[in-house]
Amino acid sequence: MKTDARPPVLAADRLSVQVGRRNVVHDLDFTLQPGDTLVILGRNGAGKTTLLHTLAGLRDVAGGDVLLSGQPYAAWPRGHEACLRGLLAQSQPDFFSATVLETALVGRHPYLGRWDWESPEDEAIALAALATLGLDGFAERQVPTLSGGERQRLAIAALLVQQPRLYLLDEPLAHLDLHHEIGVLDHFQALARSGAGIVMVLHDINLTARYASHVLLLDGQGGHEFGPAREILTAERLSHAYGHPLRAIRDGSQTLFLPC
Amino acid sequence: MVEGQPTAGARTGQGSMRRVRSRAIAVLGGLLLASLAAMAWSLAAGAMPIGAADLWAALSGGQGGMEADIVRTLRLPRAVAAFACGGLLALAGALMQVLLRNPLADPYVLGISGGAAVGALGAILAGATAGWIDSGAFIGALAATLLVFGLAHGDGSWTQTRLLLTGVIVAAGCGAAVALMLSLAPEGRVKGMLFWLMGDASGATRPWPALALLVIGLAAAMPFSRELNLLSRGEVTARALGVRTGRLRGLVYGLGSLLTAVAVTTVGSVGFVGLIVPHLVRLAIGNDQRLLLPAATLAGGVLLCAADTAARTVVAPIQLPVGVLTALIGVPVFLFLLARHPR
Repeated sequence: MKTDARPPVLAADRLSVQVGRRNVVHDLDFTLQPGDTLVILGRNGAGKTTLLHTLAGLRDVAGGDVLLSGQPYAAWPRGHEACLRGLLAQSQPDFFSATVLETALVGRHPYLGRWDWESPEDEAIALAALATLGLDGFAERQVPTLSGGERQRLAIAALLVQQPRLYLLDEPLAHLDLHHEIGVLDHFQALARSGAGIVMVLHDINLTARYASHVLLLDGQGGHEFGPAREILTAERLSHAYGHPLRAIRDGSQTLFLPC
Repeated sequence: MVEGQPTAGARTGQGSMRRVRSRAIAVLGGLLLASLAAMAWSLAAGAMPIGAADLWAALSGGQGGMEADIVRTLRLPRAVAAFACGGLLALAGALMQVLLRNPLADPYVLGISGGAAVGALGAILAGATAGWIDSGAFIGALAATLLVFGLAHGDGSWTQTRLLLTGVIVAAGCGAAVALMLSLAPEGRVKGMLFWLMGDASGATRPWPALALLVIGLAAAMPFSRELNLLSRGEVTARALGVRTGRLRGLVYGLGSLLTAVAVTTVGSVGFVGLIVPHLVRLAIGNDQRLLLPAATLAGGVLLCAADTAARTVVAPIQLPVGVLTALIGVPVFLFLLARHPR
């Protein structure tokens, strides 16, 4: 990793997270440097979303600390944390109708003062993000008229508009077709190369192998394994975590995992 | 709002938010004019029509005379009460719709009007004077608010479903109490009770607290309007963007309840203003609370002021309770909207 005067994007220090009385993780330690992409894997109900929300500062920890750019969430001035980390939630409910552009502009909220309105610059940022996700020309559309995949891309666009340093993505590939899956992951890879940190929950092990620098594997019983992707992604570990046998197939430099 | 208008020319493909905004500002200007027109109509129309010159003289405190008396002591308090309460109900409705994330919520959905009705009818039943009826309504409204808040918030959660269900149940309980009181009441008091229940501005002699609260309430809500936009998009989204949702929801709940309580105390439980006005305004200018809140407030005032004027003039000398008119207008409009926007 190149030397960076800035503190790590995100760090967990002896972090424990619980749902009710059940452990999701216990004594988790990791450091996410600029350029790192951490993928969280685990079976349904293992607590991936809970952990991601804890890393986003939206839930209380059961023990330990989450450090965003070197400081606990509580130490950041209220609202400033939203300039540093963004969260793509698992679902984007729409209770009220809104246009695509209005929805994308939501990401500018942390940068605006109480009485400010979005400036043409904010609008330019939003339109650029929409174009990145292939939604140019959609600005005036009403969100309820979009398809599931288009809504997911809109949610990702709104997150890009937020321009945080840390991106927390909960199943970013939901509803996306293959072309957009790769497009989205390539874009976040490019963001990581320019100094961002990425943490995402994925279900596709092979895409994880292709894009992750680090992997956190939750076993659903409070146990976890964390390390560089190459170390964690083994047939034995994955079979144990998912409770289903997998085998690894080597293809040149790539390893593919298939369920048996 | 003016300083938010960018001065630089729009680049290609941009400026669409600005177009939306200038359209909305035109709507606000139009509503302001409509407010003045509704007030003027309300002051001029009635058993004794009053011309513009006399109206002006009466309002500017010129000569005395019967016209001036009628305008100052009868029509002005009533027009101001109707306008203020229409605004209060529409603003409270818009806030409740954000709080419950449900475009079909209204200010009474959490049982406030039921509590006020129990308080007011109890006071009427006891033979209380107008002042005590108002106090009874206000105390009943606050008691229902606290009851729903306490029951729904008891476990520390803030789910809309729980809040909504608690409100519905408390309202149902109040409805039973109201029915009981109506059946126990002596003949002579039932009409007063029914008028109160339907909403009636004729007894509104002290409209100024309602108007003052309207201004204060709007001024209190506006600084949070962009955060309300985020809240209407869901709890997680709002919190991830830095909104303190717990505090904001408490504020919205408290403010919405207070506005509703004062409106109900002043004119009784006038229906449908708090439901259809925010809804109609949303259809016209979208769901940006920065514009929706002031526009709904003005539109609610215009609607209730005009409806009350119609209520006392269409079948004069009989005066209808204004709540009957708003419901007669509101029900078909609402059904039309519902059919157009299947949810």
